[in-house]
Amino acid sequence: MPTVIVDGKEVELAPGERLNGIQAAARAGVEVPHYCWHPGLSVVASCRMCLVETGKKDPATGKIQMLGKLVPACQTPATDGTVFVTDNDNVKNARAMVEEDLLLRHPVDCSICDKAGECSLQDYHFEYGREERRADIKPFNSRRRSLGDTVTLFVDRCVMCTRCVRFTREISGDAELMVANRGAHEEIDVFPGFPLDNKLSGNVVDLCPVGALGDKDFLYTQRVWFMKSHDGVCAGCSTGCSIRVDENQDRVYRLKPRENPHVNQWWMCDEGRYGWKHIHDPNRIAGPRRRGAKGMENVEWPQVAKQIDSDLRRCSGLAAVVSPHLTVEEAYLLATYIRGIRPNALLVLGPIPVSGEDETFAKGFTIRAEKCPNRKGVEAVLTGVTGTPLVTWREFLDKHLPSGSYDGVWVSGGYVAPWNDTAVADRFARVKTLVVQDFFSSPLMETATWQLPAAAFAERDGSYVNHADRLQSFEWAVRAPAGVKVEGHLYWQLAGRTGLFRSRAVLDDVARAIGYFSAATGVIPDVGLDLKVNQLAGAS
Amino acid sequence: MAEFEPILLANIDRPDSHTRQVYESTGGYSALRKVLGSQTPNDVKETVKASGLRGRGGAGFPTGLKWTFLPKDHPGPIYFCLNADESEPGTFNNRYLMELDPHQVIEGLILSCFATAASTAYFYMRCEYPLAWKRVQQAVDECYEAGYLGKNILGSGYSLDIFLHRGAAAYICGEETGLIESIEGRRAWPRIKPPFPAVEGLFRKPTVVNNVETVACVRHIMERGADWFKSMGVPPDPKNPRDAGSYGPKLYCLSGHVNKPGCYEAPLGITVNQLIDQYGGGMRGGRKPKAAIPGGISMGLLKASEFDCPLDFNGPGKYACLGLGTAAVVVMDETVSMVDFLHNSCQFFAHDSCGQCTPCREGTAWSLRLMKRILAGKGRLKDLDLLLEIGDTIGITPGTTICGLADGAAWPIKNAIRKFRGDFEDHIKRTNPEGWMRTDPVPALDLVEIH
Repeated sequence: MPTVIVDGKEVELAPGERLNGIQAAARAGVEVPHYCWHPGLSVVASCRMCLVETGKKDPATGKIQMLGKLVPACQTPATDGTVFVTDNDNVKNARAMVEEDLLLRHPVDCSICDKAGECSLQDYHFEYGREERRADIKPFNSRRRSLGDTVTLFVDRCVMCTRCVRFTREISGDAELMVANRGAHEEIDVFPGFPLDNKLSGNVVDLCPVGALGDKDFLYTQRVWFMKSHDGVCAGCSTGCSIRVDENQDRVYRLKPRENPHVNQWWMCDEGRYGWKHIHDPNRIAGPRRRGAKGMENVEWPQVAKQIDSDLRRCSGLAAVVSPHLTVEEAYLLATYIRGIRPNALLVLGPIPVSGEDETFAKGFTIRAEKCPNRKGVEAVLTGVTGTPLVTWREFLDKHLPSGSYDGVWVSGGYVAPWNDTAVADRFARVKTLVVQDFFSSPLMETATWQLPAAAFAERDGSYVNHADRLQSFEWAVRAPAGVKVEGHLYWQLAGRTGLFRSRAVLDDVARAIGYFSAATGVIPDVGLDLKVNQLAGAS
Repeated sequence: MAEFEPILLANIDRPDSHTRQVYESTGGYSALRKVLGSQTPNDVKETVKASGLRGRGGAGFPTGLKWTFLPKDHPGPIYFCLNADESEPGTFNNRYLMELDPHQVIEGLILSCFATAASTAYFYMRCEYPLAWKRVQQAVDECYEAGYLGKNILGSGYSLDIFLHRGAAAYICGEETGLIESIEGRRAWPRIKPPFPAVEGLFRKPTVVNNVETVACVRHIMERGADWFKSMGVPPDPKNPRDAGSYGPKLYCLSGHVNKPGCYEAPLGITVNQLIDQYGGGMRGGRKPKAAIPGGISMGLLKASEFDCPLDFNGPGKYACLGLGTAAVVVMDETVSMVDFLHNSCQFFAHDSCGQCTPCREGTAWSLRLMKRILAGKGRLKDLDLLLEIGDTIGITPGTTICGLADGAAWPIKNAIRKFRGDFEDHIKRTNPEGWMRTDPVPALDLVEIH
């Protein structure tokens, strides 16, 4: 086993593992501060914050030969016998000097800077900086200019790490950002007439270690220390990016990507990043209503489950349309509930929204055309529960519905974009009990006997299965607004289960009942679980 | 010192010395004919290695050794970059060669490319040399006409193209990887090494970067042999195992307060005093010398008492200077204020720091700020320590920057303050009688813009 020595502590690397000094030190529990280095970008070794001393241990004699000067840890490979020293005076002085240098012209306007609280410059200054300002330079005011529709630049807060420039060159590929001017006059800029405009533009804000790049959507809406972060999964497309949902008092303020080497690396697309506005849309369906003698009437939630249940039990032919926006657990509860009433009930996969084509960027990050998070999961639940081939929405509309044998239909929605029209709604004319559960009103909703609200992705508990059969579990980040009951909670109640909805308990049932999910037992890792791992074993 | 016969500058006084006819009439391209007719690239490499030729660009790296770092049996292409981005203040030896004897440079370049198996050479010239640009381009054109360039040179089967590239005037393009980035059309930010250019350079192919004067020397080595070359200069210092010796002739750019400034050729190892007396015609106005820059501003300073310093690759280092550099000697007489000198030096480096590494980008701008404040009569003694701290912490020597040009920015600060501290203290005490002794933090001053 290759062994690296960090501050006297031995760390073992896996054979063939390629780490730099920063990563090797992290293994040993030692932080090496850095600005320009990012695991997803090329190494430039220019910020010089990660300076350490290095050397080599002779395997035969055990003697350590030091190099005798500082080296950037980001650029120094950790190989067998490499020695890193990160805590001697030489290193400390170098860090303090770099920190002092970076603050020479920095406006130190933390009190009005969005980054304050999660800023590397701030953190490192407290940890490694000097106590006293020795510079006689009066910092500039923070000049601000727009780089594009999503990002604004606070010119003088920049520390010239060039992460954003490298991102647009190496990942998003459009290379809009550049370094203009020279020396201490350097600034990040765009070429006139070519603003920062790509589908991954928001990532440069995450990459910025200081407050130079501001997200226009988030700017000045919330101090970061007021927000709580919740691990989540983006519901924008079938990639299922691991994200963080940052909220304060049940109001979402921003989504940020969460590192997941199997799914999204460090990135997320702008569509997903800013695709949470519907959560707080005032036009959301808010509260259950039932068609009565005088049109739609409000129903109190405590009565809903009982009344729907009795309505459905009066129907002779039942069908349920299971939306790809539901979690695996919700889909399973709904499917088994409907089948519990009528064992021959028809289970249909809801419509799959598709827009454009898959778009893959350098190093593999992909925005999928399939704009729902859980098609694979719902499909597997439906085929697993029925044991028969999948029935699609189209087949249901064209073949099953016209036969007239279904007088009770449950349509779960949760779609953010319009997805049905009056022509579709007309097909349901002969359905006696039509339960429509959706986010916004639609022609289909207007014809329903039961109108139920749907929850948003950040309000759900459960699991999604992405395009590559990776199951990721998450918990709710914000509570659903008044009047909205999360689908899972309602289905749990309908299924007659006691206590509060627990997605984990349902997933255990799913893992036992359906072979595809058999791996989903125990703790689901933060980076999710590859459901394919057990498939071969299960098939044999 | 015995009468020295100029070699590199032998023909510059002839009328039309920049044309092929004149060059050929003095034996030009004979070395090329000889080598292409009878020698292999390896022979040239070995001869240059045996001659002990060291790079004339500033760092003094042995040229033959640099060539052997190229990968063996590489399928190609291998590129050769000729560094003519002569931006070191005080330096103009390449300009002499390019303007007055460009064919000598091109012959050396062809020989060097032949030795390194390069089939494409980029002649990277700084923008500020319009005459040199015109004449080198003309010389290249003449060479294509005469069959010295292009396909199958002189029937040898060896082909070479030279592209003359004009830089956009940046000091950093003189750093070899900065130059490579610039040729590739990018911002001239030096690359992190390794990989060194010999392994992965221009367009990610093996690349050699040499200075104009270096390849001019190659031409003469190939004509007269390695032993002839070794007959000039200084052998290695036996006490310094890392000294490879300093052989051959060298162009010294003498400027400043001497009677006859100019570009003079002398064997390596001449002292500053000899240079001033034998070539410079003594100090201007008979004044006493105060200091001299040994080899371009980035090499630091010599005091007048150190003028016995031999100007070879090893000499200035013994006097706490950075090295020989470009051998551009700038002599200052007793009327010069070292405060002005250092301010000027800081201004240059603040303006020309490429801005990639934090310590150099901010350190050079900060030192200029300090110098401006000292000049403005608001200096404090404490500032000198701060300047020294900045000087001591930037550069590739302490390891805080990517390229060595940051050391060049640091050396004038270190040398000027350490060697002339009294001058600085006097200036500060005289111009700031109220506050020179204060040590509390300096309030942020609205002096001027960054630089």
